[in-house]
Amino acid sequence: MSELAIKVENLSKSYQIKGTEKQGYTALRDVLTEHTQTFFSKVSRGQNPLSNSIKQKTFWALDDISFGVEQGEILGIIGRNGAGKSTLLKLLSRITEPDKGKITLNGRIASLLEVGTGFHPELTGRENIFLSGAILGMKRGEIKKHFDEIVEFAGVEKFLEVPVKRYSSGMYVRLGFAVAAHLETEILLVDEVLAVGDIEFQQKCIGKMGDVVKSGKTVLIVSHNMGTIKKLCKSCMVLEKGNLLFYGDTELGINEYKRNYSLAAVQASWENDDLKNDKVFLKEIHVKDKNGTVTNLFLNSQEIYIHFIVEASEDVRNFTLAFDIMKNNEILLRSRQVDFVEADILMKGEVTELICKIPSWFFNAGDFYITPFLSIHCVESLFDSSDPLVKFTVKLDPSRSKYHDVLNEQNHPGLIFPTFNWKVEKI
Amino acid sequence: MGKHQIVITPGRSSSNYWKDIYRYRELFYVLSWRDIKVRYKQTAIGILWSVLRPFLTMIILAIVFGYFAKLPSVGDIPYPLLVLAGLLPWQFFANSTAESGNSLLVNQNLITKVYFPRIIIPMSATVTSFVDFLIALVLMLFLMLFYKFVPSWHIIFLPVLAFLIFILSFGFGTILTALNVKYRDFRYILPFLIQIGLYLSPVGYSTEVVPDNVFWLYSLNPMVGVIEGFRWCLLGESSVQAGQLFISTSVSLGLLVIGIRYFRNTEKYFADLI
Repeated sequence: MSELAIKVENLSKSYQIKGTEKQGYTALRDVLTEHTQTFFSKVSRGQNPLSNSIKQKTFWALDDISFGVEQGEILGIIGRNGAGKSTLLKLLSRITEPDKGKITLNGRIASLLEVGTGFHPELTGRENIFLSGAILGMKRGEIKKHFDEIVEFAGVEKFLEVPVKRYSSGMYVRLGFAVAAHLETEILLVDEVLAVGDIEFQQKCIGKMGDVVKSGKTVLIVSHNMGTIKKLCKSCMVLEKGNLLFYGDTELGINEYKRNYSLAAVQASWENDDLKNDKVFLKEIHVKDKNGTVTNLFLNSQEIYIHFIVEASEDVRNFTLAFDIMKNNEILLRSRQVDFVEADILMKGEVTELICKIPSWFFNAGDFYITPFLSIHCVESLFDSSDPLVKFTVKLDPSRSKYHDVLNEQNHPGLIFPTFNWKVEKI
Repeated sequence: MGKHQIVITPGRSSSNYWKDIYRYRELFYVLSWRDIKVRYKQTAIGILWSVLRPFLTMIILAIVFGYFAKLPSVGDIPYPLLVLAGLLPWQFFANSTAESGNSLLVNQNLITKVYFPRIIIPMSATVTSFVDFLIALVLMLFLMLFYKFVPSWHIIFLPVLAFLIFILSFGFGTILTALNVKYRDFRYILPFLIQIGLYLSPVGYSTEVVPDNVFWLYSLNPMVGVIEGFRWCLLGESSVQAGQLFISTSVSLGLLVIGIRYFRNTEKYFADLI
């Protein structure tokens, strides 16, 4: 029996949320005015002005979690936004301290929380390899040993002496991953980094992760991408609202997770039970007609409006919202807002509505499913449900032609039904 | 395998505090190296700036205090030399406190993503400013050459005083760093404090012009002892008194202890606060 690499016992972490305050930080000015105000209001009500009565709500990001990870195991961590995945990684990597419980780590730990962490734009590729390596916990000797491999893996040989601010986002990400992939620690924490770069590089990353596993490292992967989890992990854990819902075989875990994410007809919305883990949170999806009425039944002569409502918890550039429309489990089309408008900047706290209009006379009859993706272009996947979230149905409009009334999916095949120009002339 | 066991429990990190700092020393070197490198990246302007800033300030202060106000120098020391000898430690103090005050916010992407003893960050900010200080010291030597001024044997105490000002800046810097994370508007107060401090410290003038009845009250400012100490070292003559140096030393050590304590108490929450 192999030794446990990670042992977590009764781990809990809470955050205090002040009743009214929304800002993440305090200003001395506010503290002073708040205290003076409460002081005087208490005096006027005849209370002891020095007693503390600011109401605080406790939010348990993780609530009494226990598990063990065997050495060399690759464990997937899945769960909805705010389930506690990121908090768990933060506790394991010691960024924040637990309130209760105990974690025992056998081996050095490093986290790959976001590629390019610690990169400085003014420094060259070569300098950043050393900087980023040191930040991730590598010794100088280790970095030197792997230097050539890192450069080759990232494919940046020609740009080693160029400041990384001149790198394309793809190169930047590749270099970031390359440094982290050569960490010599026994335990590696990975958060959503595999969804970066182009397809070719993603394959390379997944391949590299496979090598990492073979070398006996213990890896924890947090991802919204069920495909990645399925490919890489034998076992997985499902977190929900700070509790461990499931721990075991990946297939079973993914089914458990999907059961929580049931398909919504017409529209879907989620309560934001997340504190600040997600940069951009997909709040709602609605399918509406021209008049703004929410519906899931359309005639093919009607325009279809798909509304996405997102909220950003920090400033985000290069924000991409994409969705696939699927029919019979196949992708009929993919559309991204950035293909048509350059509205790709979200500001912290802003709620944004993105509306995609699908013209009339486009779909053939049938059931269609919408699968949304949120990402920072080429850098990070923010949300990937991997499964359709909303369904709508299209029927053919019989008024256009009397021949339509008997048409249906069966006797009129094809995914789309555009209006072509037919001319009929007698010769 | 067993040699790398890490146990995480609430409050655990504080028990291995100093050991952890030692373990992360390499990161400290790298971060300092990064800050210095980035600072002088545009080589010509970067280094020139560290010389130009004290030089121009010296000219202004020498004109205002020496020429307009006609304040006396000490002995026959040229007034610009008197000013620059005070300006060197003062600018180091002002820069390093400002830099470390902002350091955690500037590095917040590191703090929220990677673990390391957080004190490394204000420490490396102080070191970066110290490099500026050393460069400005070269300016001092050139200015002495220009005035054909020969330093006395007191100059051998320069490292001691440099160490003292380093401790003072670092101690004060850590307090500011922690305050800045907790109260974000603190950084607006800091430039104001530094501006006042310039006039309350004997930078543009010598302590000799301070009236006797407020002399000891004035000397409670720890920068008084340090600045006059620097003059004594570099220029051989100064009105520095042992009492003032005693105040500077004890305040520096006191701030260091308080600063590190306060920093340790708050650093656990940095990642949650930022």
